[in-house]
Amino acid sequence: MTQTLTHNQAGSVPDLSYKPFQRRNISSGALSFLAALFAVIAVLPLILVLGYVLIQGGSKISLALLTQLPPPPGLEEGGIANAIVGTLVVSAIAALIAVPVGVGGGIFLAEYSRSGWFAQFIRFGTNVLAGVPSIIAGVFIYGTIVTSRILFGNAYSAVAGGAALAVLMIPTVIKTTDEGLKLVPDDLRRGALGVGASRFITIVRITLPAALTPIATGVVLGIARAAGETAPLIFTALFSPFWSDLLTPEGIFAPIATLSVMIYNFAIMPYEFHNELAWAASFVLVVMILALNLFSRWLARIAAK
Amino acid sequence: MTILQQPQATESHNEDVALSLQNVTISYGNFEAVKNVYCEIPRGKVTAFIGPSGCGKSTVLRSLNRMNDLIESCSLRGSILFGGVDLYGPRIDPVEVRRRIGMVFQQPNPFPKSIYDNIAFGARINGYAGDMDELVERSLRQAAVWDECKDKLNESGCSLSGGQQQRLCIARTIAIQPEVILMDEPCSALDPISTLKIEETMHELKKSFTIVIVTHNMQQAVRVSDMTAFYNAEAVEGGTGKVGYLVEFNDTDKIFNAPQQQATQDYVSGRFG
Amino acid sequence: MTSSGSGHTLCKHALGCMSDLDSRYLLRSRPPAEKLVDNSFRNLAIAMASVVAIVLFSILVVVFQGGLDSMARYGWQFLVTSDWNPVDDQYGAGAAIYGTLITSLLALLIAVPLGVGTAIFITENIIPKGIRDVIGLMVELLAAIPSVVLGLWAIFVMEPFIRPGLELLYQLFNWFPLFSTPPMGPGTIPAVLILVVMILPIITAISRDCLNQVPPQLREAAYGVGTTRWGAIINVILPAAISGIIGGVMLALGRAMGETMAVTMIIGNSNNFSVSLLAPGNTIAAMLANQFGEADGSQVSSLMYAAFVLIVLTLCVNIFAQWIVKRLSLKY
Repeated sequence: MTQTLTHNQAGSVPDLSYKPFQRRNISSGALSFLAALFAVIAVLPLILVLGYVLIQGGSKISLALLTQLPPPPGLEEGGIANAIVGTLVVSAIAALIAVPVGVGGGIFLAEYSRSGWFAQFIRFGTNVLAGVPSIIAGVFIYGTIVTSRILFGNAYSAVAGGAALAVLMIPTVIKTTDEGLKLVPDDLRRGALGVGASRFITIVRITLPAALTPIATGVVLGIARAAGETAPLIFTALFSPFWSDLLTPEGIFAPIATLSVMIYNFAIMPYEFHNELAWAASFVLVVMILALNLFSRWLARIAAK
Repeated sequence: MTILQQPQATESHNEDVALSLQNVTISYGNFEAVKNVYCEIPRGKVTAFIGPSGCGKSTVLRSLNRMNDLIESCSLRGSILFGGVDLYGPRIDPVEVRRRIGMVFQQPNPFPKSIYDNIAFGARINGYAGDMDELVERSLRQAAVWDECKDKLNESGCSLSGGQQQRLCIARTIAIQPEVILMDEPCSALDPISTLKIEETMHELKKSFTIVIVTHNMQQAVRVSDMTAFYNAEAVEGGTGKVGYLVEFNDTDKIFNAPQQQATQDYVSGRFG
Repeated sequence: MTSSGSGHTLCKHALGCMSDLDSRYLLRSRPPAEKLVDNSFRNLAIAMASVVAIVLFSILVVVFQGGLDSMARYGWQFLVTSDWNPVDDQYGAGAAIYGTLITSLLALLIAVPLGVGTAIFITENIIPKGIRDVIGLMVELLAAIPSVVLGLWAIFVMEPFIRPGLELLYQLFNWFPLFSTPPMGPGTIPAVLILVVMILPIITAISRDCLNQVPPQLREAAYGVGTTRWGAIINVILPAAISGIIGGVMLALGRAMGETMAVTMIIGNSNNFSVSLLAPGNTIAAMLANQFGEADGSQVSSLMYAAFVLIVLTLCVNIFAQWIVKRLSLKY
């Protein structure tokens, strides 16, 4: 205290200038540099993977590739068309199963029982299900649908593959529906109930429309994740080198090609042309998934407004 | 419903009483928010609930059209008779209760729909079979917001100012032609000019509806109400919170000029609260 | 209590004073159909919510039942022996279980500092917000790249690229058990690296969200007593966000243990146990992906047993993660 006083009396100005070589400033700068380095390392894989997929895969894209069937091993002419269609079909089947279940479950959690024991249990279960490895979803569907041939005597099928993907999608859809509905102000619910609307009308006419964009965002993200999954499909949807006959019901009850399984199968084949097809399939798949992701971001931005 | 099924409840039923609270106690979980309320709300008049914060007046109001059902832990003992029927009877459908007893909330809460649809929504779910355009216009006129809205019926209800939104919410409630309109501090979020307009609206409305209003503002109670109920809260022994109770219920004139209870006297003269 | 069992509608007759308009509100008393819709919708929602529980329960039952034969036959020995021989009908998942644990833990060891460091970098104002947002977006998009595409990249690009480095590692440290075999292409180290790429986005995203949620007053308080930026980060901000970050790390661990495709494609799928990280290895998930399609008989049962072990492992990790988040997040 007295020291400071004498200091000021002596009229000396306090030295507040930045001293770059002070110990604390050196360590702070070093840590900032380290964090920046880590950030660079973290984005490096994306750039490298995307770069390779775009160059290696993109350069092979041609009309023939997008419209022809894959060749038998050893031959060097063909495309990935059936797998593109297959990925769309299997993802659509998954969405058809997962969206009603997920949105319905989310409605239960957010609208009917926020804190009841059953709701708590379901919320917990949703988190646990979200952590179940994707391969286990495949094993589960294999054990229930494929081996039992419950679907009109068919074993491996597009529907089985879709069901496996649906298991992975459901938690995403439930969570986003639950959270989206919770963002709708309670005032709106009270307003609707106050004019004599039933719960059903309140949800369908007021709260669901108000939460539509966050729910749609979640659904799109769920589809994007499912479309890229391979592990649940390799022994449920299997693979097929042919077109799926989608005009008749047999088509979706038969094994079906998908881009992701095609990449897996062709990547480990010793034929260069098939390896190239794998790159091309990666290109198509990555473009589809990134487009869905950016679309969901765009939706989320709309919702924020 | 046949006449035969008409309730024996008419025993205590009086044509001039819209709602009759019989020994009502409302609890959240184990905590009693308001206790032993007896009160007869007259038909075709404006009844104000006043009292300090936490005295349970809003809780009582929300119990009158079973809005408290939305709070999972909330329970009610006693009975609330509406035209002689107990609103908390075992087979009562809360949705039907709310179709007859409408509510205007503290925060204006228009639906994110057009102004027209805000009015039409409630009417449609009540099965309104008349001319919808006419109903929309009449409701908006009655709520004194027609002039501001008539040129933009297709714009979102959220595009209006706060006071206009609140009058839109009143119009929305009028459109379902309830017998009773409950108002939970309808002006607390509004500026003085909007408040004045809503008070004028209420003077018009009481010709056709029974109105129950909760207000923090004693001048407002004097200006708009015919009857006033004063609620107070006091700490209970051993409890953590305060329990609300009804102190006095009488003509507004009497409550403000010649109260029977000392607590009322203290409150209306601004000595506490 | 005058509970009029008389009826569920409020009768107008008793009410008197009806407005002339009232007759036009046809649904003032709700018709049974409307109530039916209302109730069915509620029940439907409950049913849909129950699907989650049913699926989760069925997964456990199906996998457990499928593995029952092997459980009876091998018991606990299955977990520690690594003899996997369909020809002799002899199975033990020790190598795969070891591989699952070692790959995911090593991946975590690398990914946690990288992920948390990146998260700090993009939540602090060291560089302009625009660039930070781009970095954040890129890390999130990395999470969107399908695992099988990463596997493809690992086979054809990453593994040839790091091979010289692994050779060098072998030549310098072959006296050390972890690097005691020559690299042969696919192996545990490439699998670990690809797992790092896969879990990095999870750790980064969750850490970033947690850091963003730390109340700004805490930082102001730290700056107010004269700390540097990193003084505040290390002493105040990280401790406040640590519960969420740990939760995120546990989720990433669960993901790493269950990750299948990329690992299957690059780990080498060898059922022989080897301590060396340069040798081909296996994980439970990779084993399932590889063999399930063509397996039958007691091999299926053994795979199901292994799958059950994987479920139990990930379940424990995930439940622990949820518990830790709930437990620690109460503190601030």
